[in-house]
Amino acid sequence: MRAVRPPLRAGRFSAVLRIRPLLIVIGLAAVLFGLFALDIAVGEVRIPLGRVLDVLGGGGTRAQRFVIMDSRLPRALTAVVVGAALGLAGAVTQSILHNPLASPDLLGVTTGASVGAVAVMVGTGGVATGAAALGVSAAALAGGLLTAVLIYLLAWGRTATGDTGVMGFRLVLIGIGVNAALLSVVSWQLSRATLTDAAHAQQWLTGSLNAADRSTLIPAAAGLGVALLVTAGSARTLAALRFGADTTRVLGVRIQTQQAILLAAAVGCAALATAAVGPLSFVGLAAPQIARRLLRTPGEPVVASALIGAIAVVGADLLARTVFPVALPVGVVTAAVGGPFLLYLLVRANRKATL
Amino acid sequence: MPAVVTTRRRRLSGLLVLAVLLLCAVAASIALGSRALSLATVYDALVCPGGLPLSCPATDTAGQIVRELRLPRTGLALLTGLALGMAGALIQGYTRNPLADAGLLGINAGAAFLATLSISLFAFTAPTQYIWFAFAGALLAGLIVFGVSALGGGKASPLSLVLAGAALTAFLQAMTNIVVLQDNTALDAYRFWVVGDVAGHDSSTLGQILPFLLAGAVLALIAAPGLNLLSLGDDVAQGLGVNLTRSRLIGLAAVVLLAGAATAAVGPIAFLGLIVPHLARALTGPDYRWLLPYSGLLGAIVLLVADTAGRLIARPGELQAGFTLAALGAPFFILLVRRRKLVTL
Repeated sequence: MRAVRPPLRAGRFSAVLRIRPLLIVIGLAAVLFGLFALDIAVGEVRIPLGRVLDVLGGGGTRAQRFVIMDSRLPRALTAVVVGAALGLAGAVTQSILHNPLASPDLLGVTTGASVGAVAVMVGTGGVATGAAALGVSAAALAGGLLTAVLIYLLAWGRTATGDTGVMGFRLVLIGIGVNAALLSVVSWQLSRATLTDAAHAQQWLTGSLNAADRSTLIPAAAGLGVALLVTAGSARTLAALRFGADTTRVLGVRIQTQQAILLAAAVGCAALATAAVGPLSFVGLAAPQIARRLLRTPGEPVVASALIGAIAVVGADLLARTVFPVALPVGVVTAAVGGPFLLYLLVRANRKATL
Repeated sequence: MPAVVTTRRRRLSGLLVLAVLLLCAVAASIALGSRALSLATVYDALVCPGGLPLSCPATDTAGQIVRELRLPRTGLALLTGLALGMAGALIQGYTRNPLADAGLLGINAGAAFLATLSISLFAFTAPTQYIWFAFAGALLAGLIVFGVSALGGGKASPLSLVLAGAALTAFLQAMTNIVVLQDNTALDAYRFWVVGDVAGHDSSTLGQILPFLLAGAVLALIAAPGLNLLSLGDDVAQGLGVNLTRSRLIGLAAVVLLAGAATAAVGPIAFLGLIVPHLARALTGPDYRWLLPYSGLLGAIVLLVADTAGRLIARPGELQAGFTLAALGAPFFILLVRRRKLVTL
């Protein structure tokens, strides 16, 4: 047990300053910025890293500014925003539902968003660019939120302690069931589309940054912004909610409303992120768990989770475009790395349970 | 032992009732469809006036619909339903997990991945060509998911097994995506296959998968007595003389043959293998010697009914059986999760 640090006070605000987590967060931000600059440098024409930083700082020639600011920056920013959104959404849902597995992708929220987005893509015959991107975003948001409400209601009931409420593992299992059913809806949609539409939708369903531009970036960034504000505003609630429903009630927080608002913000920002690049699996699941182990905190730290989510997506995009002979979509890399990561977590959990 | 005798009589008569229901489902599947045909027309198409059954000249449209579309489709639904029902009961038995299912555990995704890969690499078109790859994929996925959930020596909890399945499915799905994104022909084959549809196959598909399904069914029935002992726990079963490794290998082979062949033929049909053993267990109790045939018959009935319903609901179009079953199966799965006290992770 470490000694409790004296809180810093400024009027009615007080905070406990912890050095180690702060240093790690700064380190993560530095890593993210480095990867972000690399992601811009890599492409059909490689731009030296120094020049990238120069242009980002406001210098460079007109041509360099055009390539970097208009074409590569939106893509790299989309990767950052989407990763941060998924990491944040994962941290909030996992904290509130007291389950390390309760992330939007495992719960079917991203598949619900996919159903909405694919419906628009197949219906309008458009790809996720220009005006269609807004329709895709709206449909994905609606699909994701509806799915979340549905799963939450279905998991509502008597818990192990005799209370009524949502049980973490019941929610996860119901989420997996709903996810399987929604996946079959997606394949049904694909089977009814023309081959061209199906190919577009499949590209999106794999999770790809290729179509990323300002029109996909803006809704996702807005979603992330709102979710960040809501989370920052309810930081105390979130910290309290990690202790469980009973403790929170004693602490006097109006739990149901606060919980609902936080969950809606998390789900909404995950759905908008999904609308931008397609469903990226495991980022929302893994980022908070990595953050928790890195910072050694009892709950899932929100800011660090968002940073790690962003690092994961930008890193996966870099890997996808450089390591393989053909440029792979980013979603293939996150799933190919994330699937085994979840299996590894399970093996470890099983080992622990038997020891 | 009068109680045993009545139980046996009840189970036998139950089997008889199911057989009759199956006949009704088969008849309905042949008679009903997106194109409405009168019963007399259907009868005429099957048994020509004055001729032998199924020997009529293939000139009239109604006759063609019945003989060339609906008959093979009904046969395929019957066989794959039988196979998936039995495979579901086996998986639930071997994992002692009420939520196990070939679809949820990633076995279908494994079959899909290698089948799609082989279609893309070797330009395969017929199931006979890619069925071996589908088997290999199903086997590989089965080994991985059971291996992962068994690592650490403890018996896997329902949640960890389902999660391992979800993780494996996502991984294999990503691999499949790589293939179909590079190759539009493979995408076109894949998107119709992945819905899970018993329509659109001719009778040769039926002949191709039949040997595998028969072998799987025989293995399943051989495994049944051992499964009864396994349900008492590994230690007890071992004490009673069960060779655990051999028993599991037979079970895995049966599951891969049954689920792999059915999936290769008609595509992944989720939830069927999950629902059916629960229905069967409610009728027979836990004895696998009865549970397996019951699950097979119920699987065939459910798939036939789902397929026929899909044809009637969306007239003049159709809903594929895989989709109809997911719509039925998901609520069932949720009921199951809500009702049972499941072991937590």
